[in-house]
Amino acid sequence: MISANILAIFYLVSGILFILALRGLSSPDTSRQGNFFGIVGMIIAIVVTFLSIGNVSTSLVYVIIFLVIGGAIGAFIAFKIPMTAMPELVAGFHSLVGLAAVFVAIAAFLNPEAFNLGIVGNIKLASLIEMSIGAAVGAITFSGSIIAFLKLRGIMSGAPITFSGQHIINLILGLSIFVLIFYLCKTQSTNIFWTVVMVSFLVGVLLIIPIGGADMPVVISMLNSYSGWAAAGIGFTLENTALIITGALVGSSGAILSYIMCKAMNRSFVSVILGGFGADNSSDDKKERKDQKPVKNGNAEDAAFLMKNASSVIIVPGYGMAVAQAQHALREMVDKLKKNDIKVTYAIHPVAGRMPGHMNVLLAEANVPYDEVFELEDINNDFANSDVAFVIGANDVTNPVAKTDPKSPIFGMPVLDVEKCKSVLFVKRSLSPGYAGIDNELFYKDNTLMLFADAKKMTEDIVKNLD
Amino acid sequence: MEIDPFIFRLSIFILSIFIGYYVVWSVTPSLHTPLMSVTNAISSVIIVGAIIAALAGSSKNIFSTSSIFGFIAIILAAINIFGGFLVTQRMLQMYKKKKDKKK
Repeated sequence: MISANILAIFYLVSGILFILALRGLSSPDTSRQGNFFGIVGMIIAIVVTFLSIGNVSTSLVYVIIFLVIGGAIGAFIAFKIPMTAMPELVAGFHSLVGLAAVFVAIAAFLNPEAFNLGIVGNIKLASLIEMSIGAAVGAITFSGSIIAFLKLRGIMSGAPITFSGQHIINLILGLSIFVLIFYLCKTQSTNIFWTVVMVSFLVGVLLIIPIGGADMPVVISMLNSYSGWAAAGIGFTLENTALIITGALVGSSGAILSYIMCKAMNRSFVSVILGGFGADNSSDDKKERKDQKPVKNGNAEDAAFLMKNASSVIIVPGYGMAVAQAQHALREMVDKLKKNDIKVTYAIHPVAGRMPGHMNVLLAEANVPYDEVFELEDINNDFANSDVAFVIGANDVTNPVAKTDPKSPIFGMPVLDVEKCKSVLFVKRSLSPGYAGIDNELFYKDNTLMLFADAKKMTEDIVKNLD
Repeated sequence: MEIDPFIFRLSIFILSIFIGYYVVWSVTPSLHTPLMSVTNAISSVIIVGAIIAALAGSSKNIFSTSSIFGFIAIILAAINIFGGFLVTQRMLQMYKKKKDKKK
């Protein structure tokens, strides 16, 4: 058995290793080493926790069995999951962290002696506040992530679910959690503790159902942040430095990602939370425009011809590419272009997937070297000097309306200046609007050639025509 | 006058938020998905609380109500730890630089 002081130092060490794990992600070169630091930090934390428990009883065997069961399930999922499903996976993992936080808080409430927090019915006030906050945030993370998971998986419609008085109800429930915690501190009542947990589950559901599919990148980041704050809350209860450090890291990481995503969509955080985006489609206006404006319609042969005669091509992939599983065909196309000494780069909008950085992972999976992939601000000036922009599966993020029409819901959102290219090839199944529910001006530009087809099939056809 | 240990923990917490802020801003946007999966994995260090809770049962009564919650939390956190780190590893393995193989 090791002393509490030594134990605290080891927890500090694992906290520092977790910081290094995140630090490693500043570049793909150092990222694998960073992940290794994270794993070492975790092993240290778990091993010293075992060592800190003096009387090794038979329950230790069970702990290890449960650890192995969980680990096996986790490893199985990690190897099986397709990269397109990363957003669901992360949402699912968030829900597990949230639920684990709730369960640890419940265990601490039911058996405070084990954690040196006092005795049942007379738990230290500070610990009681900390554990109930940890439980509440954990419960919100859990149920919110479940809803996000169901929406991303398509089990539940991505459309926002709104009803009148929604915000008032959320506010009342949110405040009631604080009132309940206050009474919990006064009475130490088990029933109130359970009520706090139940109300928090409900708040998590109500918080996420009004948020539409387009805002999912923000939601996932936000839940990432919540899972961190929940962990920190439990860290305070258990007086555990590793948990406090990690909770703060994860909490701020998720908050920053939410901020980046909001900025990339020019949406305020508050309006995302309030939800309902993309719910009202004033579709009359759109239909009229479709009738009036002609589009230029092309086929794979035209596209291949244009690209063959270009000297530089910029690919603009979006989530539609991932849905169509076109990334491998796309990479084949790019290989052929490169053989003809055509310069090819990829332009990625921050919200080009269903979660931050999703598109980069999908391209990496298709063996696209990461130094050919550029972020919006790094490549946006290059469109004016390029011959062809190949838009595949992206839509709203290329809409010039965001720069020109102050009335448009996406006005002010940073977009890729695709229309500045000499010619634009736009692969899309139909003229239907994207997630934001608005028409894309780019379709009707003189230099745009629409390629109406499934992204994968079209790309494969272009590959054939490039020979 | 003595300072409450809570204040020390609060100091660690606040300083860690600042560290997190600066470290996360330096993460390259192309690695934001691995960032999320790895933060997921590390936040599962909550497993230490679960282990303490699970081992708190007496040897006669391994599965008391509170230790059952601990045991379930161990499974949940372990799924996250293994799943989170391994899926991150799998993603990072795919990030490759351009090989300048001129034929």
